Amino acid sequence: MTVELAGLTLPSPVLVASGCGGTGRELAAYAPLADLGGFVTRSLTLNARLGGPQPRIVETPSGLVHAVGLPNPGLEPFLATELPWLVQHGARVVVSIAGSSLGEYAELARRLGSAPGVSAIEVNLSSPDASAAGVFDVREPFHAASVVSAVQRDLPRGVPVLAKLRSDPVRVVESARTVLEAGAAAVVVGNALPAAMPDGRAAGLSGPAIRPLALRCVADVCAALPGAQVVGVGGILGVDDARSFLAAGATAVQVGTALLHDPTAAARLAAALHHDSEETAS
Amino acid sequence: MSPGPGPGADPAVQHAGPVHVTAELLATKRIGAHHHLTLVAPGVPERFRPGTFIAVSVGESHLARRALWIHRVRPVGGYGAAVEVVVEPRGVGGSWLTRLAPGARLEVTGPLGRPFALPKEPVSCLLVGEGYAAAPLFPLAERLRERDCPVTLLLAAEDEAHLLSALEARRSARAVTVVTGDGSVGRRGSVPAVIDDVLAQAGADVVYAAGPLPTLHAVAAAAEAHGAWSQTALEVPLTCATGLCHGCAVPVVGETGVARTARVCHEGPVLRGDRVRWAELLAGPATAPATGPVVTP
Repeated sequence: MTVELAGLTLPSPVLVASGCGGTGRELAAYAPLADLGGFVTRSLTLNARLGGPQPRIVETPSGLVHAVGLPNPGLEPFLATELPWLVQHGARVVVSIAGSSLGEYAELARRLGSAPGVSAIEVNLSSPDASAAGVFDVREPFHAASVVSAVQRDLPRGVPVLAKLRSDPVRVVESARTVLEAGAAAVVVGNALPAAMPDGRAAGLSGPAIRPLALRCVADVCAALPGAQVVGVGGILGVDDARSFLAAGATAVQVGTALLHDPTAAARLAAALHHDSEETAS
Repeated sequence: MSPGPGPGADPAVQHAGPVHVTAELLATKRIGAHHHLTLVAPGVPERFRPGTFIAVSVGESHLARRALWIHRVRPVGGYGAAVEVVVEPRGVGGSWLTRLAPGARLEVTGPLGRPFALPKEPVSCLLVGEGYAAAPLFPLAERLRERDCPVTLLLAAEDEAHLLSALEARRSARAVTVVTGDGSVGRRGSVPAVIDDVLAQAGADVVYAAGPLPTLHAVAAAAEAHGAWSQTALEVPLTCATGLCHGCAVPVVGETGVARTARVCHEGPVLRGDRVRWAELLAGPATAPATGPVVTP
């Protein structure tokens, strides 16, 4: 079941969501990455980040609250070690980026754009960890558009930009329209919701708890912007969840929290949706 | 890149990838304060190395996995081999697991993590375990004995009910010291109080430890003071247990001396004691409870 997303031909509509696939190696122990639509890396910053203090993740009914703090090795070590490994193993690599300024986003785009094996860039515009992490604060749709423009300008043609938006039911359509006008090839709806750890630290809420809200946001964007390509994400656990997002108009889906519960989840969903498409075709 | 195995890491101890399977609970038996669960989890027993663990799912509604030490692998008639894990009925996960009846099915991933590194030479080893966390030390003692390493065991718990397999310990070690917080068995005391004496007496070259973080810290410090290598099996709450979420990172010193973090579930759970930045780790609220399974409350 191939899908066309942002000018790319993907073997499956199921992608690994940012921050939920480790470096890729850990996930590959359970299923080949090449069978998935794409592997979105954890958000990369120019320089290495150790991440936030413990506890970083706590369980909540039907979800996880996380303040991980964007730990990553920084751009250069990623390009030297993780990216070649992912490419070698047949992953379609979507690199998620987070910057503290427009200049940093542009620099990340410039250097990633010339790296072989990068299929697309996902701009993290809605990290709920952002307040703690010093990431450029995207409060208004025009902020998001500025980031997308800065990234787009420094990328070669053929490397599309996916803009990852928050599931804000009030402004998600406006945000989607703005980033698409700024040059994003597709929007990813929706990121973890703003939440707080029990000790009050800024955090994100992910998992099935946010699924109905994410689905509403996806449906609204698809209805309001019929030509837009939307990737649905938020609490997708089973194949029925994935089908709901696709039925609402999403071109593809990302699986995140489900992988933390079952590392085979993305592969299982990809196989089930492939089976769906074969049945439809026959 | 990780605080690697200690001296003479065994090249034969390689990661054979973990498996994700539906396991069947074959038996559940209460022994003291612990429940010993025997699980038929195809693919796990043959990949097991002492120090590795399994992650189990607590039903559908709890997203975080629960990590359990593998206590032993044993042949079971008609099933090949089964793994035995030790669980304390605490927290949501521990309570759920200990209420399961034989025949129950549960999602299991494993074996996960880096095992204890085994010395190439027959050196003297001290194994220190506290409470249910001593579980992985018993299969380790067997492996060490196979390599002609003299094994001394220090077992600790708050009381007799929480002491793991003290009788069995006498079969697997040359000398066994038991300490309990209430003095109900062995000497009254704690690991930090006796570790120096036991270490000096054992003359150990390598110390392996499993237990709460303060105990591991005390063991690592004593080992360093005595010029011994230490390998500590860390226990912190894990979310995915498979290396995907970066939620369990602990502060360590890398090979180059640079401060960094290591994922307990992936680069650990066994880390060299001299590589963990204990003060920083213990200052955070992530300290595992002194007893009780690693569960997210």
